[in-house]
Amino acid sequence: MITLHWVYALMGAVFAGYALLGAADRSNPRRFTTAAFWALLALSMWAGDRIGDIGNGVLVLGLVAIAGFKGMGRGSGGVPLAERQARADRHGNGLFAIALVIPVTALVGTFLFKAFPAWIDPKQTTLISLALGVLIALAIGCTWLRARPIVALQQGRQLMDSVGWVAILPQMLASLGAVFALAGVGDVVGGIVRLAIPDGSLLGAVIAYGVGMALFTIVMGNAFAAFPVMTAAIGIPLLIHHYHGDPAIICAIGMLAGFCGTLLTPMAANFNLLPAALLELKDEYGVIRRQVGTALPLLCVNILLIYWLAFR
Amino acid sequence: MWVLLGIALIVAGFVLRFNPLLVILASAIATGLAAGLDPLTILAAFGKAFNDSRYVSVVWVVLPVIGLLEAHGLQERARGLIDRMRGATTGRFLLFYLVARQISAAMGLISVAGHAQTVRPLVAPIAEAAAEKQAGTLDEEQRDEIKAWAAATDNVGVFFGEDIFLAIGSILLIKGLLEQYGIMLEPLQLSVWAIPTAIAALLIHGFRLWRLDRRLNAQGKAAEDAA
Repeated sequence: MITLHWVYALMGAVFAGYALLGAADRSNPRRFTTAAFWALLALSMWAGDRIGDIGNGVLVLGLVAIAGFKGMGRGSGGVPLAERQARADRHGNGLFAIALVIPVTALVGTFLFKAFPAWIDPKQTTLISLALGVLIALAIGCTWLRARPIVALQQGRQLMDSVGWVAILPQMLASLGAVFALAGVGDVVGGIVRLAIPDGSLLGAVIAYGVGMALFTIVMGNAFAAFPVMTAAIGIPLLIHHYHGDPAIICAIGMLAGFCGTLLTPMAANFNLLPAALLELKDEYGVIRRQVGTALPLLCVNILLIYWLAFR
Repeated sequence: MWVLLGIALIVAGFVLRFNPLLVILASAIATGLAAGLDPLTILAAFGKAFNDSRYVSVVWVVLPVIGLLEAHGLQERARGLIDRMRGATTGRFLLFYLVARQISAAMGLISVAGHAQTVRPLVAPIAEAAAEKQAGTLDEEQRDEIKAWAAATDNVGVFFGEDIFLAIGSILLIKGLLEQYGIMLEPLQLSVWAIPTAIAALLIHGFRLWRLDRRLNAQGKAAEDAA
């Protein structure tokens, strides 16, 4: 049966490829530590289930040590603009079609593979379909563009290097969430937030969940970290168990309430501070200032949507 | 209450501009110690969670395809398409970009656009040029404001489009967390509920872009009357 482990094996191969190509990239002044970072991720994908919890912890320490002590660099190179322009004129809009193969395969596979539960893990059809879509798009792309697969891997590596350690930030924040859960942070925060909820008020509980998601996201800079905490504190015990709300609606829209917080915080550096620097704005919070007027009304809408839709 | 120390560390770490990965690790250690856990237990818990949430990083599997297409002119092709849209106002152009960004994000195409790829080379300059046509001359502050609108529009578009896509990190995180509580859901059951918010985001941000247009037009008219 094809399970998520096949996808992890593929990811491990891709990261191992990045490590090998990265180590050979002489234009990157930190090529060996950068390559070591991707090699550790390849190890995580391939052997994460075999090296034990402490082994994984040590692996994370290695990743953080490389990134934290400025071991990540990127090389120069890439295809020059004039060449890309000429290729764009030659290939036309078929380029968009290949890009569309991935989401279309992910969508179709998600439905189709349900019919083959013996072959493909029915719980993981989306991720498996996504990986399959990538392989199909690569096959079509390499054939049509007459490029060797190594070219795709090399280009992918350069993109990955420009993303850098930010690539594992969501996974790190999810793990921090797990430690917070173990330490009972959610209970403490939830206790504080719950103090603000009027007794027996469903609307009060929904507001506390939505506003709590946004506030906690502002503090943490990432809705990924706020979500497990607020959902464990208010979402699961109050909204889902006590008031019998629909978990899919509460969690999906609750996450988006958190995204409203992301628009408001300098902690979400790659969305709010990076573009301000990139566009050379004098006010480093200029982007956040433009987002306040959208984020606050949208937060109210999200809270009302949960209230109206989840408790029918 | 001491377990909140980790949150304080996160805030301080970001304010002082330390590497976020180091800050996260320090926060995890502080939080765990405050809760009375021994260092090895904290390390094991963090390692186990990191391994369990590997699926969040599976999205990077698309990079070779994106890289291949970009090397063959994907962005230049997109630029060519948008270039033909001359004559648009700032607000209408940014609204168009908002819709395009929301739709492409909803299809999982998050890295075909972004602050570095499209906003700086493309969206901000076009918005600025359009604003200049509407308002007459712009001072430095107004120029910065238009650029900030371009970046903000990109964020709003991608945030409130991406969760419609099934395989995005946040949808998978929700699925994973609910599984821990014995609630089994498919990504599709979650992603459809991102659609109402996506529409609301389009309406709210679109309305603000429409007002931006009115302001720029009024300024242009005033400048004309004065001249």
